[in-house]
Amino acid sequence: MEMLLNDFSPGLFIMQAVILLILIFLMVKFAWKPILNSLNEREEGIQGALDSAEKAKLELENLQADNQKLLKEARAEREEMLKEARDMKNKMIEDAKNEANETASKLVEQAQATIESEKKAAIADLKSQVANLSIEIAEKVVRDELSNKDKQVKLVESMLGEATLN
Amino acid sequence: MVAKKSIKFVAVLVLVLISFKSFAAGDVNQHPEGDLVDSPKEIKEYIKHHLKDSHDFHLFSDNASGKHYGFPLPVIVWTSKGLKTFMSSAFHHDDSGHVVVDAGDVKLTKIHSKIYELDNGVASVSFDDNHHATNAHKVLDFSITKSVFGMLLAGLLMFLGFTALARGYKKGPIPTGFARVLEPLVLYVRDEIARPNIGEKHYKKFMGFLLTVFFFIWILNLLGLTPLGFNVTGQIAVTVCLALFTFFIVQFSGNKDYWKHIFWMPGVPVPMKIILMPIEILGMLTKPFSLLIRLFANMTAGHFVVMSLIALMIVLKESFGPVASTGMSLVLALFISVIEILVAFLQAFIFTMLSSLFIGMAVEEHDHH
Repeated sequence: MEMLLNDFSPGLFIMQAVILLILIFLMVKFAWKPILNSLNEREEGIQGALDSAEKAKLELENLQADNQKLLKEARAEREEMLKEARDMKNKMIEDAKNEANETASKLVEQAQATIESEKKAAIADLKSQVANLSIEIAEKVVRDELSNKDKQVKLVESMLGEATLN
Repeated sequence: MVAKKSIKFVAVLVLVLISFKSFAAGDVNQHPEGDLVDSPKEIKEYIKHHLKDSHDFHLFSDNASGKHYGFPLPVIVWTSKGLKTFMSSAFHHDDSGHVVVDAGDVKLTKIHSKIYELDNGVASVSFDDNHHATNAHKVLDFSITKSVFGMLLAGLLMFLGFTALARGYKKGPIPTGFARVLEPLVLYVRDEIARPNIGEKHYKKFMGFLLTVFFFIWILNLLGLTPLGFNVTGQIAVTVCLALFTFFIVQFSGNKDYWKHIFWMPGVPVPMKIILMPIEILGMLTKPFSLLIRLFANMTAGHFVVMSLIALMIVLKESFGPVASTGMSLVLALFISVIEILVAFLQAFIFTMLSSLFIGMAVEEHDHH
């Protein structure tokens, strides 16, 4: 301990204190401050770049999700439209069919009605013609044989009335 | 570019060597009989002498011809008659008080690396039985001693290195060249030493001190491993000064909680508070004391061990022969020197680490009470 105290040089102590103080001052002013500031700036820059990259990534993800959603909606819409179109087509075909059927059956009915009426007319005409013909025949037949014409007509008519055509 | 630099380096070296030569001329021979340093006692003295600060930059001696190679450093002393300056070559390498320098109106001499002022009217120093000077007293010595020279050199190296790094950032965010080596060291001190110990909120204020002290101690420790033989961080005055800086920074940055914990410990009964007070005050003082002793003892011991191992070469020559003793001392000294490189970093790290820890304790905000 005595040796230590003997070795302690107050002059060296003061020199050291002065040198250290000046050194700290100089180093802070010319080295540490600019160095630490630059390091901080660089670190902040890196952090900022990382943050913005993260943000961009997030935005991209959102955009992609939006796109996906839009696509899905469009697909659903298309599906819907197709379905509607198909339904409409089916309905139209159905309607057309029904209409056609109706028209056809109407036509058939009309034709049948016309045929029926024509048939009736034809039958009536036939009846009258047959009656005239018969009379003429009977006239020709009976003219020679029968003197009484009226008696003859009555006879024929009654015979015709008995004969059914259908 | 590299070639240009190396030419510059060689030129400086040549200039320095020339100055050594001129310094060597006209010396008083310390060992007039041409004696070599070869006995254990002489070696011990030699090592002790080299652990101390010295007033000239001494590289090696040729004891056979009595020549010393090195260069003198300025002596600046505050005597009873005011400030005196002269070159240390005036002492002619004498370290035993035999050469008396007449600096105008005071007579000065050097005994064991300390400069003494002779009392009025005395022509030569007389010693008592313990080899203490009886008619001379120490003076306040502001000389540019070897240690001061080492500090200036370390400061210059630091300043040049780190201002280069600072300038490098103006060119771009990534430093190039040697600055790339320095940047991780600065980051290391900031992120591994200051931040975790002081805390995110306060650490910035202390970065200047911590970085300066870390690199200052480290460079000085490494300079001590070179054959130039600096032992700056092994000077007790230097470590006292460094530790006092830490001490004052801790005291001046201590907040209310810090002082409360020292003088009136919260959370314990009153009698305990009274008992704890002196213990805490003692603790306040032992912290820097441990800092200064640790650095001083580690560096002094390192130098002592390396020099002793080198001395083995001479001491064991008798019993093992020159080849075996040289080989042994070489291997051991190399081994310890490698460890010393680690210790050089470690001591700088521990000093900075503990300083920041103490600062951290002083600025810590206690919110758990």
